[in-house]
Amino acid sequence: MPDTIPGSLRAYLHGLPGVDEVGVGRRAADLSTRSVKTTAKRHAIDLAIGMVDLTTLEGADTPGKVRALAAKAMRPDPADPTAPPVAAVCVYPDLVAVAAQALAGSRVGLASVATGFPSGRTSLEVKLADTAAAVAAGATEIDMVIDRGAFLAGDYRKVFDEITAVKERCGPAHLKVILETGELVTYDNVRRASWLALHAGADFIKTSTGKVAPAATLPVTLVMLEAVRDYRAATGRQAGVKPAGGIRTTKDAIRYLVLVKEIAGDDWLDPAWFRLGASTLLNDLLMQRTKLATGHYGGPDYYTID
Amino acid sequence: MFEYAPAPEARSLVSIRPSYDLFIDGEFVEAESDERIVTVNPADEEPLAEVAAAGDADVARAFAAARRAFERVWSPLPGAERGKYLFRIARIIQERARELAVLESLDNGKPIKETRDVDLPLVAAHFFYYAGWADKLAHAGHGSARPLGVAAQVIPWNFPLLMLAWKVAPALATGNTVVLKPAETTPLTALAFAEICQEAGLPPGVVNIVTGAGATGQAVVAHPDADKVAFTGSTEVGRQIARAVAGTRKRLTLELGGKGANIVYDDAAIDQAVEGIVTGIFFNQGHVCCAGSRLLVQESIADELLARLRARIERLRLGDPLDKNTDIGAVNSAAQLARIRELAAAGESEGATGWSPSCPLPERGYWFPPTVFTGVTQAHRIAREEIFGPVLSVLTFRTPEEAVSKANNTPYGLSAGVWTEKGSLMLWTASRLRAGVVWSNTFNVFDPASPFGGNKESGYGREGGRHGLEAYLG
Repeated sequence: MPDTIPGSLRAYLHGLPGVDEVGVGRRAADLSTRSVKTTAKRHAIDLAIGMVDLTTLEGADTPGKVRALAAKAMRPDPADPTAPPVAAVCVYPDLVAVAAQALAGSRVGLASVATGFPSGRTSLEVKLADTAAAVAAGATEIDMVIDRGAFLAGDYRKVFDEITAVKERCGPAHLKVILETGELVTYDNVRRASWLALHAGADFIKTSTGKVAPAATLPVTLVMLEAVRDYRAATGRQAGVKPAGGIRTTKDAIRYLVLVKEIAGDDWLDPAWFRLGASTLLNDLLMQRTKLATGHYGGPDYYTID
Repeated sequence: MFEYAPAPEARSLVSIRPSYDLFIDGEFVEAESDERIVTVNPADEEPLAEVAAAGDADVARAFAAARRAFERVWSPLPGAERGKYLFRIARIIQERARELAVLESLDNGKPIKETRDVDLPLVAAHFFYYAGWADKLAHAGHGSARPLGVAAQVIPWNFPLLMLAWKVAPALATGNTVVLKPAETTPLTALAFAEICQEAGLPPGVVNIVTGAGATGQAVVAHPDADKVAFTGSTEVGRQIARAVAGTRKRLTLELGGKGANIVYDDAAIDQAVEGIVTGIFFNQGHVCCAGSRLLVQESIADELLARLRARIERLRLGDPLDKNTDIGAVNSAAQLARIRELAAAGESEGATGWSPSCPLPERGYWFPPTVFTGVTQAHRIAREEIFGPVLSVLTFRTPEEAVSKANNTPYGLSAGVWTEKGSLMLWTASRLRAGVVWSNTFNVFDPASPFGGNKESGYGREGGRHGLEAYLG
C-alpha cells in the first residue's frame, strides 16, 4: 500500500481494474440459476445457519430481546437439537454486556456495531471510544462503518487511517468493515473501498448497515468476493465477506453460497470467511430444514419470533 | 463440502416417437424414399428416433405444396392476418418451452441451461418480433417490395430451433412459404415445430419440413421452383450452394463460418472480460459460428488474464446436458468430435501449448474438454481454421493497430469483441474491424431486433431486425 507520495493512494485505488456493471449483473443472474436440491440443499441450509449473524439493531431493543436472541442463536430450533448454532449475535454497543452474559460458555460470537453506527459521522475519538467500550464489554467482533462522506469526497487517506486506528483498538476482536455499498453507488467504488479496507486491516468486508437501500445484492457481493479472492492472491492474507440487509429466504441464502463457491472458491465456504447478516432469514432456513427432514412444512408459528 | 447434487430436468416432459415422417402440406406424410436416418443423443450415443431421408420426389411434393400455399393462401392474406398466425406460433412455443428445451438438449447435446435460458426465449422472441412486422412492411424501408415466393431453407445443427426461427419467422411475415431442411443430426425440434404449425392452424403448405442429409439439402437448394435460398452452415457447403445457385434467378443469403476475434485491452474490466471470453468460446460447446475463438490479449496483461481464465475454466461443469447445473454439454456428433480432435492435435504439433481443466469426461457420448491454446501465431491452423468446438487460441498484441490488423487477418468476418473501459478506444477499434457484429464489453448477445450476418467468407445477407426482411422481399 503506497503511502509516502501524496495522491499515491488515490492513484493506486483508481489503478485497480474497472468493474463492468452489465457483466457483473449478468454473471450474478447466471449463478442464480444454479439448481441446489436434495443433499446439496440440506448441506447448504446447515452451512447457511452456521453463517448467520443474528442481528437486532433497533432503537427499541431491550435487554430482554437481546437475551431471547442469544438463546435462539445457541439453539435455533428448540424442537430439533441437530440444528447448528449461528455464527454470532449482532447488537448495539450498549447491549453487548447483556449479550455477553447470555452467550457465556457458548461458541457463538458476539458482534457489535461500534464507530457511530449507522452513519459513521462522529469524530475518530468517539469511534475509538465506542469500539473500546464494546470490546471491553465482551464483543468478539466489531462491525465498523466507514465514513462514506470522506470516501466519496476522495479523502481515501482519512478512511484508511480510521480503519487502521479502529483495528488497533479492536485488540483480539475481529474487525468487520461496513462499506455501505448502497451509498457508494458504483461497483468501481465498491472494489476500491474493498481494497482500501483490506489494506487497512479489515478481517471482513461487509456490504451494508441494513439502514440504507439498496442493502446487500448479489452483484455487489460478487464484486466484494472478487476483491477478497484477488487480495489473498496478491498478499497471502485471507479476509471474509458479509452481505447484510434484505436477505430473507433460504433461496436467497443459497444463491449467496453459490456465489461464494464459484467466485471466491470453496476456501470461503466457512463461517470464518463468510457471514450472512440477517434478522429474519434464520426462521426460513429452519422451516426449510424441517421440511427437508420431515417432508412437512410447519409454518412460521412453529418458530420463535425473537 | 458444498457440492451440487444432480438436478436433472425431467426427460418425461417429451415423448419422442420411434419414427417420424415428412411434414408436407400440413400433414405428416410417409416419404417415398425408403432411406431412414437415426438421430442419436450425443451425450450417451443412444438412438432417439428414426426420420425419413427425403428424396427428389419428396422434395418436389414439398415445393408443389409450398407453391400452392403461396399463390392461393399465404401471399394474398393481409399482413395483419399473417401476423396473427405468427403471434399464435410464438405463444405456443412459449407454452411448450420446457418440453422443447428438453428435446433440443437431448437431440443436440447442449446443456438444458442454455436451451431453457437462451435458445427457447430467443426462438419465441423472433416469432414475436417478426409477427409485429407482418402488417407494417410498408414502413420497413424496403419500398413496396413483395414476397419472393417459395423459400428453400437449410439450417445447421448447432442451434436447431433457433436457426429455424431465424429462417421461418421473417419468411412467413413477409408472405413467403417455406421448404425447410433441418440438419440430419438434429431434426427433432423442427418436427415438433411442424406439430406447432398444425396446432396454430397454419394453412397447409405454408411450412413444409423435409428431413435428410446432404443429398436432401442439395435437392432442396437445387429445386427449380425455389425463389430464394437461405443457408446457415459451413463455408465449404456455402460455396457449393453459391455455385449451384449461380446463373439462376434465385436469391441467396449465406450465413457461414467464422473465426471471431475477442480483443482485450489492458484497461478492460478484467473479471468481466474473462467471463466474456468464456461465453465467447465455451457457450454451446463452441458450436457457434460467431464464437470468439481467437483471443487477442494485450501483452501487458496476458499472464494475469490467462491465470484468471484458467481458474474460471476450472469451475466449468461438464456433463449430463439435462442437469440444470451443467455448463458444457456434449459435442453434437462423432464426426464433429473427430474434426475438433484433429485440429487440436494440429495445434500441438505446430508448437502451440494446449491446456484443459481437470474435469473428468463421461465414458459414453461425444465429449471434448474446454481447451486453451497459448503460444499461438497467425500462421497456425488453429488460428486460421474454424474449429467449431470448445477450443480457444490465444494470441497477444502490443498496440491497438496490431490488434486490429491481427483481428482482420482472416478469411472470415462474422463477429468480434472489444474489451476496454475507454470509449474512444472502443469506437476506434470497432470502426476498423471487418466483422458483421462487434460486441462491446460483452459477447454472444443476441436480439431479434439486431441484424446478424457476415463479411468475406462468413457469407452475405442479414438475418434479424428490419434488415432481415429484405432477404425475403423483392
